[in-house]
Amino acid sequence: MENLNVFAVRTLTQKEYFAPGHRSCQGCAEALAVRLVAKALGRNVVIAAATGCMEIVSSPFPYTSWRVPWFHVAFENTAAVASGIESALKVLMRKGRIPQKKIVTLAMAGDGGTADIGLQALSGALERGHDFVYVCTDNEAYMNTGIQRSSSTPFGASTTTSPAGKMKQGQITWKKNMPAIAAAHNIPYVATACPSYPIDLVQKVKKAADIEGPAYVHILSVCPTGWRSVPDISIKLGRLAVETGVFPLYEVEHGKYHLSIDFPKLKPMKEYIRLQGRFRHMTDEMIEEAQNRVHREYEQLKEKAKRGF
Amino acid sequence: MAKRVGMEVSIAAAEAVRQANVDVISAYPITPQTHIVEHLSEIVANGEMDAEFFCVESEHSALSVCVGAAATGARAFTCTSSQGLALMSEITYIASGLRLPMLMIISNRTLSAPLSIWNDHSDTMSIRDCGWIQFFVENGQEVYDHVFVSYRLGEDRNVLFPVIINMDGFILSHVIEPIELIEQEKIDQFLPPYQPLHRLHPDRPVTMGAFALPGIFAEAKKAQEEALRSSMPKITETWKAFGDMTGRYYHPVETHKAEDADTLLVTMGSCSETASVAVDKMRQEGRSVGLVKIRLWRPFPFDELKKAALHAKQLVVIDRAISVGACGPVASEVKAALYGYDQRPSVYNFVAGISGRDVTPSDFIKMVDKAEIEIEEGNKEGYEIYGVRE
Repeated sequence: MENLNVFAVRTLTQKEYFAPGHRSCQGCAEALAVRLVAKALGRNVVIAAATGCMEIVSSPFPYTSWRVPWFHVAFENTAAVASGIESALKVLMRKGRIPQKKIVTLAMAGDGGTADIGLQALSGALERGHDFVYVCTDNEAYMNTGIQRSSSTPFGASTTTSPAGKMKQGQITWKKNMPAIAAAHNIPYVATACPSYPIDLVQKVKKAADIEGPAYVHILSVCPTGWRSVPDISIKLGRLAVETGVFPLYEVEHGKYHLSIDFPKLKPMKEYIRLQGRFRHMTDEMIEEAQNRVHREYEQLKEKAKRGF
Repeated sequence: MAKRVGMEVSIAAAEAVRQANVDVISAYPITPQTHIVEHLSEIVANGEMDAEFFCVESEHSALSVCVGAAATGARAFTCTSSQGLALMSEITYIASGLRLPMLMIISNRTLSAPLSIWNDHSDTMSIRDCGWIQFFVENGQEVYDHVFVSYRLGEDRNVLFPVIINMDGFILSHVIEPIELIEQEKIDQFLPPYQPLHRLHPDRPVTMGAFALPGIFAEAKKAQEEALRSSMPKITETWKAFGDMTGRYYHPVETHKAEDADTLLVTMGSCSETASVAVDKMRQEGRSVGLVKIRLWRPFPFDELKKAALHAKQLVVIDRAISVGACGPVASEVKAALYGYDQRPSVYNFVAGISGRDVTPSDFIKMVDKAEIEIEEGNKEGYEIYGVRE
């Protein structure tokens, strides 16, 4: 699968809807994720974007990186804005005021805009059952404002508001399980993805768009600036996150769990952690604690996949 | 022939939204606004209206839905009160900055604390500067009428602003009044379907909501400000067209026995009707008192107010909100409008009827009495909260 992914990516469309020339940092895997999402959906899409990195790198007036309709309103309300867009498209088509065709409504936000401040609006939109795709590009902290911790920041990570000090060793809480929260809404499709597995990502986003009703795709997006990693290993880091079981790739289709890629033996978490400055202060004991929990959760996930729910 | 029907004002508002052929309605309950969305949900459930109606999980989302829908080219509606408006205040500024037409009816209610469900204008004053066109109405007929006026006006390509109709909670929203309903054919003629300049659609992709660096922000804001100010002729033009259709003509500032009056009451909202009763009574007693009613709150009608009030010796401005630490917000504006004139009336400011406390005709007379005495004694710019038990 690894090799296939490396070469098969060339089979994706050459068309770019998220144009080059945007202002993201070197090695930003979030920009790559967004680019792949845009490729997956093509031109018949309307995007509602939250405030955040992807908003500020792509829309400094009078420039735009967007070749598809794109709309930014605020930080916490992306799912609500997308609800408005989706219903407007529906009613205007019904009333014959715009031509009938399939247009995907895509909501896009970071982990802060999804798991923290935007959670209520997202829950509302999922519960109401709007036909839209919600993509969370998770770089595990408020990177746009300068690397502050979010509820999606992993255990141990040092950020500017969860610093490693003498008394506290970085983030002391465990990463919020957003895909499980989305799945608990009994929506037809939930998936996790990572741009280090581009074909898998594109397929999942396409599936999310094809399924009628709300779909949620949670994408791990390596952030060299915030993770204190060198920019040229972002793809490798994404792979390691998956291979160590830190960020498993799976789908929940109509409540049924399915692992997209399984490893009989997970790589040690240390390999992932040691490449990132945000974990530099972590002692072997801390890493072991994290490792145990990762293994436990991975087993639980496998169990769910075996059972199917 | 137009039908005259007795109905609750909130239901009349909902009927107007139906007749205005609104496309997307987002609803969240809050007293005293709730009757409007309740009735709209019935209308949609009975198939009497083709609209996307849905209940969102907060007022913040209610307005966000309208923003998304309006940007996609749909006619959008929501309504709220008090804490709900405070919660959505962030998005009010964005809706206007993005120049997206939509209508919000506010059943005006007090802002907490202390918590109170009753009427005053503190909720809407908290978003005074958000850049929407803001009307205050006096009775149920005006609520009904202004739904059509607001959409036609806001959607005009020379305007493109969201519009707020302020109606007093309970005092208006929950009373049954005779409403003259307009025939649907006339409304369809007055208010054709919304044709947006740009919409979110793949056939003509646009980026909306880009961010501005300091090098362009002031220019963008000035453009918005100038556009709102210069919507004034369109506002009067729309009212004129509406008047020609219905015989009911509206103006930014309206007067009652004001032309030759020495003392003018200045009011906004439903208390204007009560004040006019007080004025008639005082006139019968031979006193030189008149009434100035402000209907258009934003853009503020400085010229019209001057024309109506500059000749008087004193103004008694009634506010239903407090700008804590300053004075009533209407009085601030009135003073600003008159400041440039050497020969200007004194302005005495009462805050009255907050949290729904009744303001009766005799209260208005008492306020006029008090203001005239205070001004005579040299307190020319007085400010007080009326009727507080001490």
